[in-house]
Amino acid sequence: MPSVMKVAVIQFPGSNCDTDCQAALASFDGVKAEIVWHKETSLAGYDAIVLPGGFSYGDYLRCGSIARFSPIMGAVRAAADAGVLVIGICNGFQILCEAGLLPGTLMRNKGLLFRCESLHLRVENNDSPFTSAMTKGEVLEIPIAHGEGSFVADAETLKQLNANNQILVRYCDAKGNVSPEANPNGSLENIAGICSHGRNVFGLMPHPERVCDPLLGGTDGRGIFQSMIEAVQKTKAK
Amino acid sequence: MKAVVTVMPKPAILDPAGVAAGRAMEHLGLKGVRSVRIGKSIEIEVDGADEKQLHEICHDLLSNPVVEDYKLEILS
Repeated sequence: MPSVMKVAVIQFPGSNCDTDCQAALASFDGVKAEIVWHKETSLAGYDAIVLPGGFSYGDYLRCGSIARFSPIMGAVRAAADAGVLVIGICNGFQILCEAGLLPGTLMRNKGLLFRCESLHLRVENNDSPFTSAMTKGEVLEIPIAHGEGSFVADAETLKQLNANNQILVRYCDAKGNVSPEANPNGSLENIAGICSHGRNVFGLMPHPERVCDPLLGGTDGRGIFQSMIEAVQKTKAK
Repeated sequence: MKAVVTVMPKPAILDPAGVAAGRAMEHLGLKGVRSVRIGKSIEIEVDGADEKQLHEICHDLLSNPVVEDYKLEILS
């Protein structure tokens, strides 16, 4: 099988989901996933970029606040501006917000607890390169593991996110109801993941890479990576 | 140059750690707790920086302008 897609998984000091992301991506036919150290300055030749979870730089000061100044982030920003797919998972989402590549920020969980559990997400729309292989309203079971995942944005930003259909996944119950009870961290409007205005940058707190193999208890995370692969294939076919 | 930067959550932002600390104060018998907000105080000693540079550092690194305000005080 020829390589259809080459993915860079950025490794910051303190990243701890990098090899999980690499393994999840490598389980798809034709995908080559490489770990790229944060001190690199070029991402030429990569079709997609993953900012994985973890505790970059110990999450000192604020989550993601130091990682956003890593040398590689200039190349991430340039790739994002050029339309390359960028997905930030958990700490990666926090880094994208700190870098201004996604609006809003992630604050301390409302209940102050570090929440580490499997829960449900509703796919809010499938008009994005990260959700196109799924159906709108589909309920996914994907784990979270974070202490700072409460999505916060000002009223105008929130209005824009809704108006532009940038909210891709929300926390819900097993039946797909988006309710305060299903909100694990106090996120505004149960927001679990958003994409950029250009739709090629996606950040989410849950960990899809952890549910890409039946051995690990589920495969609900595969739809997100499958969507990305299909989007890249479509671009290459043009 | 010596400076102190105070970073606080913006007034409209929920500060769950502050709320929890406020409840603990009530448990200890402090009456009438109306608000507790927890921020950070950062002491800096630096040679040859100017105030404009320090403001940039405060804005870009030490605070997140989406949810926090900062105050920069130059001590000497």
